[in-house]
Amino acid sequence: MSNLTHLTIAQALKSMDKGEFTATELTQAHIEAMAARRSLNAYITETPELALGQAKAADDRRRAGTAGGLEGIPLGIKDLFCTKGVLTTAASHILDGFTPQYESTVSANLLKAGAVTLGKLNLDEFAMGSSNMTSHYGAVENPWKRTSDPAARLVPGGSSGGSAAAVSARIAMGATGTDTGGSIRQPAAFCGITGIKPTYGRCSRWGIVAFASSLDQAGPMARTVEDCALMLNAMAGHDPKDSTSAPMPVPDFAKALTGDIRGLKVGIPLEYRPDGLNAEVLKVWEQGIEWLRAAGATPVEISLPHTKYALPTYYIVAPAEASSNLARYDGVRFGLRVPGTSLDDMYKKTRAAGFGKEVRRRIMIGTYVLSAGYYDAYYAKAQKVRRMIAEDFRKAFETVDVILTPTAPSAAFGMGENMDDPVTMWLNDVFTIPTSLAGLPGLSLPAGLSSDGLPLGLQLIGRPFDEETVFKVAGVMESAAQFTAAPEGI
Amino acid sequence: MAYLIQGETGDWEIVIGLEVHAQVISNAKLFSGAATTFGAEPNDQVSFVDAGFPGMLPVINETCVEQAVRTGLGLKAAINLKSVFARKNYFYADLPQGYQISQYELPVVGEGELLIDLADGSSRAIGIERLHLEQDAGKSIHDMHATKSFIDLNRSGVALMEIVSKPDMRSPEEAGAYLTKLRSILRYLGTCDGNMQEGSMRCDANVSVRPKGSTELRTRCEIKNVNSIRFVQQAIEYEARRHIEVYESGGTINQETRLFDSGRGETRSMRSKEHAHDYRYFPDPDLLPLVVSQDFVDAIKATLPELPDDKKARFMAEYGLNAYDAGVMVAERASADFFEAVAKGRDAKKAANWVMGDFFAAMNSGDYSWEKPPVSAANLGRMIDLIEDGTLSGRLAKDVFQFMVAEGKDPAVIVAEKGLKQVTDTGAIEKAIDEVIAANPDKVAEVQAGKDKLIGWFVGQVMKSTQGKANPGMLNELIVKKLKG
Amino acid sequence: MSLDKAAVRAIAELARIEVADDELDHLAGELTGILTFVEQLAEVDTNGVEPMSSVAAMTLPMRKDAVTDGGYAAAVLANAPDAKEGFFTVPKVVE
Ligand SMILES: [Mg+2]
Ligand SMILES: [Zn+2]
Repeated sequence: MSNLTHLTIAQALKSMDKGEFTATELTQAHIEAMAARRSLNAYITETPELALGQAKAADDRRRAGTAGGLEGIPLGIKDLFCTKGVLTTAASHILDGFTPQYESTVSANLLKAGAVTLGKLNLDEFAMGSSNMTSHYGAVENPWKRTSDPAARLVPGGSSGGSAAAVSARIAMGATGTDTGGSIRQPAAFCGITGIKPTYGRCSRWGIVAFASSLDQAGPMARTVEDCALMLNAMAGHDPKDSTSAPMPVPDFAKALTGDIRGLKVGIPLEYRPDGLNAEVLKVWEQGIEWLRAAGATPVEISLPHTKYALPTYYIVAPAEASSNLARYDGVRFGLRVPGTSLDDMYKKTRAAGFGKEVRRRIMIGTYVLSAGYYDAYYAKAQKVRRMIAEDFRKAFETVDVILTPTAPSAAFGMGENMDDPVTMWLNDVFTIPTSLAGLPGLSLPAGLSSDGLPLGLQLIGRPFDEETVFKVAGVMESAAQFTAAPEGI
Repeated sequence: MAYLIQGETGDWEIVIGLEVHAQVISNAKLFSGAATTFGAEPNDQVSFVDAGFPGMLPVINETCVEQAVRTGLGLKAAINLKSVFARKNYFYADLPQGYQISQYELPVVGEGELLIDLADGSSRAIGIERLHLEQDAGKSIHDMHATKSFIDLNRSGVALMEIVSKPDMRSPEEAGAYLTKLRSILRYLGTCDGNMQEGSMRCDANVSVRPKGSTELRTRCEIKNVNSIRFVQQAIEYEARRHIEVYESGGTINQETRLFDSGRGETRSMRSKEHAHDYRYFPDPDLLPLVVSQDFVDAIKATLPELPDDKKARFMAEYGLNAYDAGVMVAERASADFFEAVAKGRDAKKAANWVMGDFFAAMNSGDYSWEKPPVSAANLGRMIDLIEDGTLSGRLAKDVFQFMVAEGKDPAVIVAEKGLKQVTDTGAIEKAIDEVIAANPDKVAEVQAGKDKLIGWFVGQVMKSTQGKANPGMLNELIVKKLKG
Repeated sequence: MSLDKAAVRAIAELARIEVADDELDHLAGELTGILTFVEQLAEVDTNGVEPMSSVAAMTLPMRKDAVTDGGYAAAVLANAPDAKEGFFTVPKVVE
């Protein structure tokens, strides 16, 4: 039955509807695969029994004719989503033993659609990272290998590294991710899968451990565009418990995959082609432009003049919000407590021991840029530049329907690389961060392999709440790319 | 007349600004659906939002916004149609999120004004700087364990209005009058119950002093969380004298937060607030700008009750009350309503005397409230009618009133049951007089010899024999006629 | 902006994160590097630009004033590292 794990979500749904196998069998196959590939360290917590119980219930509902949109599909949940009765860590020591008494809206929506949850997926601590190297529960390994150096262990990207690795290694049919500056799209690109960060406000943030509230957005990661559309259908929707959740109807995203993009204008931003851009990345991008042209769309050169300021803007805004969002981890109501001689001593010891290096660094930068005397020069300034970046996109979308860029400046790198200097690591998100700052939907799909046999991704960016166009164009590119490669041995 | 403190170097003036935290009357909290009632079991009225759990998000309560706008209108203040919630970041044991959601640069209510009434009958306007909405913190309890403080989050997230005055007050009396009037307005509006003991109204006082005639603003100290009007006045007085002493001995005042020790009647520095605060305010990214429409504001305006200042003016004009009586009657909406129900269509001065006299005395003598008064306004009114139509004398009315308090009955019923109707039958009164005269020939002789003082004694005797029911006017007239006639 | 050890100590204090003295130099260097990187924003002319604190093109939604939550003290306390008698506890605070 092990080939069951190679099916797409859409295929598995059809087969189960036809009675070719049950959700229980599908889930069992994934549980076995999950156990076999434990060395990837993709899961922090496996919940096989919970999954089998859910699968049995899914089989019952399917028999009863009340199957939901994802009935019986085994998924992994990024361990940033609070799950009722299941350990939730944010990959941080500070949430030691934290078992929420509530279920995040997005994971609850998936359960309502009949999904089966295999466990909680590894990530960068508090979703802060681009390599999954900052997890308290250890690094996640990318299942892909360099053809030139198969022994080298590569990062899956981050922060949704566990999600990307699991979907790529066929130990989840799909997974939830969250994206604050590229945390769905960059790992999707590194692991050769598809992922979409929807428009800010499309998915509820309620019950997701917050990193940077004005940027955080949940989204699906899966092996095909259609699978992402099916998952997003279930995940999205207005939630009155999140004041920033958009009161908008959710269209059927899968229906947008018509294959017809004739007449669409595709923006190709000048500023995403800096001197020294990786030649292979550039080649894949140009290939992508050709596919779209061949399908009847028109590539249009556009300018997003403030692109170079996106990264510094983000590294003021996100740490500032994080410094405040992470103040609640104080050893009083949940998680780790390190005893201290006074209240302040307890706080300081708990937070020093509970937060890893990258998290401490960002909290401190965020604290500084908000502090008296520096607020205007840093935080207020960044908020202004943020508006200019969003304006760039708004203007561009007056003439184009969608924008095509590379997802990341390189293919997956090795564990331990890019670690000397935080800013070098942050450059990984240079193509994804502007979209996050503007709150726009961005999808990454695998478009080819590097000469070293590693997947390279392309990013499609859409207008606010126009995920449909993004999906439609992505579907056409997916057909053109015929990306059928899989990690060795999977 | 200006209130000045005499120092060794001359006269000093006090400059006072007050920040009042008023708990909004609402069923649920400002940003969560947990209840707000007082006195629940620890941590019972707490949602995961109030306890700052991971992934929890705030959603604002419409009624709290309405209440803030209503209060702003009651303070004749500008309403900001757009306002912004900001996070005030600091660590404290009873602040679960590590920040308080408050308003900083753009509060929901801007500048306004409040009229204070002083003992000498004068009034003075005190500026309101702003009113903003914010959430309350939880409660730390320090005396339940030898080495630990206990934390109860029931209050965490309860909506507060922080009402900030301009530094316009110049004496403890003015500060007291400000709090009294503010409390009265809040209660009229139904936006805060004003209960300082339960902490639903708390006051921080900013105090500085300056030499008489100076216009400078010297360093102020903030006295935190004083929980009665009397204590606020004591704290201000103490703090002002402390400043003067320091200045006069060549010292300087450091801006700091102080605590009022009501047992010792003094203020002292708060050590826990010692290290410099840097609240790192920034707009809360979980909340969008709060925008209310002019229609929303106008609809609230249309439902505003008549407020104490207007009511007082009307009571003076309409019922001819003096400023003092009117002020007493309007202090509470319920007392004003009660008075009006009694006074309507009757002699207002008489109504005021009865309400402020026997009625208030009865109110204070037992377990009564405006919801459960000792005598209903309708019954009190009917009793006054019985005086007017001659059924009762003033003296009899006092007895009837006591029966009304004890039995809760209609005064007419009491009069009938107890036979307390005033005797106005000349024959009956004459008969009673004749009996007393017949029994006291020696005293009659004394009166006739010119000892007029004894007439009162005869009146008393006749009243006694008629059980107080004789009409006093008629009785007087008849006695004089019979004795001296 | 170049941060010195004292500045780093002050930030760590505000953030309530204990930092050992021998880490201060290294941290000061790292944070200075980051600040130098983000300071390139200074070259952007932002005159007349309104700061953007949210991308959501909406205003604040409001909920009705109804009691819909709370009343589950046990669940609120379930994860507490040291709950006693229905309360959370912290090292004693002296005021
Ligand atoms: Mg204040
Ligand atoms: Zn306040």
